Amino acid sequence: MDFETVIGLEVHAQLLTDTKIFCSCSTQFGAAPNSHACPVCLGMPGVLPVLNKKVVEYAMRMALATHCAINPQNVFARKNYFYPDLPKGYQISQYAYPLAEHGYIMIDTGEGSRKIGITRIHMEEDAGKLIHDDHNPASYVDLNRTGVPLIEIVGEPDIRSPEEAAEYLRRLHEILVYLDICDGNMEEGSFRCDANVSIRPRGQKEFGTRTELKNMNSFRNVQRGLEYEVRRQQYLVENGEKIVQETRLWDDAQGVTNPMRSKEEAHDYRYFPDPDLVPVVVDEAWVADIRAGMPELPQAKRERFVNDYQIPAYDAGVLTADKALAGYYEDVVKLCGKPKIASNWVMGDVMKFLNEDKKSIRECPVSAKSLADMIGLIEEGTISGKIAKEVIADMYATGRTPQEIIREKGLVQITDEGALAKTVAAIIEANPGQLADYRGGKEKLFGFFVGQVMKATQGKANPQMVNDLLKKMLALRQAQDDID
Amino acid sequence: MELHQFTIHALQEKIRNGEVSALQIAESVFSRIDAVEGRIHSYIRLMKEEAMASAARADEGIQKGDIQPLTGIPIALKDIVCTRGIPTTCGSRMLHQFVPPYNATAVEKLAAAGAIFVGKANMDEFAMGSSTETSYFGPTRNPWDLERIPGGSSGGSATAVAADECIASIGSDTGGSIRQPAALCGVVGMKPTYGRVSRFGLIAFASSLDQIGPLTKDVEDCAIMMNVLAGYDPKESTSVKAEVPDYRQFVGRDIKGWKIGIPKEYFIDGIDPEVSAAVAKTIETVRQCGASIVEISLPHTKYCVAVYYIIAPAEASSNLARYDGVRYGFRAADARDLSEMYQKTRRQGFGAEVKRRIMIGTYALSAGYYDAYYGKASQVRALIRRDFDEAFARCDVVLTPTTPTPAFKIGEKTDDPLQMYLSDIFTISANLAGIPGISVPCGFSTSGLPIGVQFLAGHFEEGKLLQAASAYEKSAAVEKRRPAL
Amino acid sequence: MKLSTADVEYVAKLARLEVSEAEKEKLTAQINDILRYIDQLNELDTMGVAPMSHAIAVTNAFREDRAAQSLEPGDALANAPDARGEFFRVPKVIE
Repeated sequence: MDFETVIGLEVHAQLLTDTKIFCSCSTQFGAAPNSHACPVCLGMPGVLPVLNKKVVEYAMRMALATHCAINPQNVFARKNYFYPDLPKGYQISQYAYPLAEHGYIMIDTGEGSRKIGITRIHMEEDAGKLIHDDHNPASYVDLNRTGVPLIEIVGEPDIRSPEEAAEYLRRLHEILVYLDICDGNMEEGSFRCDANVSIRPRGQKEFGTRTELKNMNSFRNVQRGLEYEVRRQQYLVENGEKIVQETRLWDDAQGVTNPMRSKEEAHDYRYFPDPDLVPVVVDEAWVADIRAGMPELPQAKRERFVNDYQIPAYDAGVLTADKALAGYYEDVVKLCGKPKIASNWVMGDVMKFLNEDKKSIRECPVSAKSLADMIGLIEEGTISGKIAKEVIADMYATGRTPQEIIREKGLVQITDEGALAKTVAAIIEANPGQLADYRGGKEKLFGFFVGQVMKATQGKANPQMVNDLLKKMLALRQAQDDID
Repeated sequence: MELHQFTIHALQEKIRNGEVSALQIAESVFSRIDAVEGRIHSYIRLMKEEAMASAARADEGIQKGDIQPLTGIPIALKDIVCTRGIPTTCGSRMLHQFVPPYNATAVEKLAAAGAIFVGKANMDEFAMGSSTETSYFGPTRNPWDLERIPGGSSGGSATAVAADECIASIGSDTGGSIRQPAALCGVVGMKPTYGRVSRFGLIAFASSLDQIGPLTKDVEDCAIMMNVLAGYDPKESTSVKAEVPDYRQFVGRDIKGWKIGIPKEYFIDGIDPEVSAAVAKTIETVRQCGASIVEISLPHTKYCVAVYYIIAPAEASSNLARYDGVRYGFRAADARDLSEMYQKTRRQGFGAEVKRRIMIGTYALSAGYYDAYYGKASQVRALIRRDFDEAFARCDVVLTPTTPTPAFKIGEKTDDPLQMYLSDIFTISANLAGIPGISVPCGFSTSGLPIGVQFLAGHFEEGKLLQAASAYEKSAAVEKRRPAL
Repeated sequence: MKLSTADVEYVAKLARLEVSEAEKEKLTAQINDILRYIDQLNELDTMGVAPMSHAIAVTNAFREDRAAQSLEPGDALANAPDARGEFFRVPKVIE
């Protein structure tokens, strides 16, 4: 049977505010347990929440970036359930009146670009952490994360394959990071994803029974988890078995999904408007203000790189995949004025070194200034492109400037025409056989003479000058012989 | 007359004149407590040591001419407001050992105004009750008749004032919990406009209804307390940034030419005839003050109790979910796993009335019932508020009985929750609409039980309430009796 | 009867309240009494009435994103019925 896969993703992104959503405790990751906690986020009796304005502003950025309509009035609601990581016995979230609705993002698929709908974006608070003790019948509660601001981005079931799901997530992740509202760290849980997945015979309108997938903490795992789950569902259908609507956890080590034992026997969350918080009213002026302060988004940046720098779309795609990388590239271009050459060096040597070391561009020992200087040195003929390869490896290894390296290693190009002419003449003299063949019509041997000159000068000869001199002197030899 | 019998304003005068010291006042109050507390049980905890130290500090200030609005005045705090370093129980086993690391804003403000805290006053558990019988620490008795309830939930705050175990107190009012015990104990009690006094540090019962307010010996003291308590608090999202007038200026002004609204729906069958008579006499007195009486209608009055008994339990069921035995408070000892720990902790930590309301509220919010109960009640609440908006277009203040009957007997209504709920029938509407209300003594029953009259005004019109109440208080000259203890 | 004892059981479980059989009976009766009284709200046509969830129409109450001192580590755990080291401790979660 030919099946179609239907996937909808729910993404939770931690916002990069300094403080929690409803109190002034720090949001910093990795502090000592229960040290970022106060009466408000501990849910002590009588204390009250007050909304961090920056949370609304950050959430609005994401709403605008994903073409959502921002609701003029949105309301916080309580989601009631018991769990030791939830101090108040309810999570403050948004329910009937979320911040924003009806958006979309574009993703690239095998068959071109496709629109994936965004149902809603709402603000809520994160829960704490529960650490289970495998040896004792006890669990330990750390409430540092309680109250860290989250946005939940609920996607439409528009995704048709695990690859598309991974692509959608990469795009969302990229936008969040570009907007400076989320650090995107999946391992620390700043960017989390749950997936709803079902299959149906191609052509059928109704959705099949779906399962919810959790615990996939990398793009790769999302794709693997979904691939496994789609296969599992197909197997069940093909064998006449029923798909059970349930939550399943991805087991990375085993490469399988398993049903989760239910956290709350009944999902009866008893949502109601939180009487301790007041409606958030967003007027047009506020939206305009946020819009004006929006950083450039990846898509726009890619287009600008292609148009302004005249670099291929492929280069623009690679360079903008990471906001910091794009910034680095632009710095280099601004300093050296050679966009395509800069792109070759950044995408070539720089990224190769970084990938080998599993480092990000932020940790790159070669500063944009140094790389631009090196490109300048090539352009003005101080070093050859070949020497530059050696120079940049040294720059990456030591963090030194190209000028320092060239000076110290004596790598300055030989541009003294008189000196070079002597070398060229000597090489011609020393290779009578090749000379004869060349003159006999083997013009390819020109390259041999270039190579010999470069070898004799340890690569420091100015290649253009070598070319010119060789051409001139070989032609001269020819003329002399003709006279003889 | 002994010092503990005086009002705030009288004692202020004596302090300013150098007639008495803060220590003398505190000693007088604590000796009174020694004499009567055993019979009344106004307090869950007395703070004598702290109070004496504060009084000594106050006297040092007085020497230097530092006299704040409440300098040296012994004040009782309902045990629902959090006090840093002092156990705050909310009348519950669940919190019987809870020590907050923070002060309620109201407590901060009182302390900054020089108040001396006498102790934490008894109350119905989590403020759920109208009789102070549901306290984990045992009931409080009405000083006018020890066989009777003092009203609730701020019963201890009312009896402490009535029996001179403090000079004034604060309580909290979710459906009448300040005004009803004030009426039944013969003192003045005000519930301010929602958002007027900070709720920060007030242990939540029903967040959209709760409000802190004063219980005092007369209307002027109420104005003095309101001057200290009222004002915007950035720690509370529902706090209102409205200007706070000097409330004392309204005391003593006349009400000539005012229109006093009498809502016909509040004069129903089932009101005790003596209460009816006292209120009728009050209306006559007000008329003699130069005000005109206009009959008004608050057509949705009969639905107030029903709306309240959806909204308050619904909010409470969520507000009380935090009492789970994890971070603070009581935890049952004999649980084998988490689920058992929750269920046993909450079973043993909460009393019957609290559990009943959690059950009603949970049910009203649960899947399939939200629209029929919470949704419907929230809509009718809007209609109730609209009734008042229309009424205040026609009159300055509304006058009603505070309670349908004088204080009832201890145990009389404990097995009939609905009858107990109906004792709040006249006070609930102000909380639903968010408007201020005040109860003022208006006489006694033949058996010597106090009766109260309630004035209601529009949002942020506490000044009008104080003006009407003080004009009435002055011209009625209600007999100054003291409970015979 | 609007509410059965089974309903009471379900609600008690949602609210994490253990109730005995006897309590269940009594609660069912009492809650039914109260619900019957509440049913008078159905006399009213509230079609189109905007629900009121706040007593006063305040909007946009915000705080600035400025960090303040959290509780001292000991104070956060001071009231805990069971704490181990820097953690609150709870009995094992058995699903």
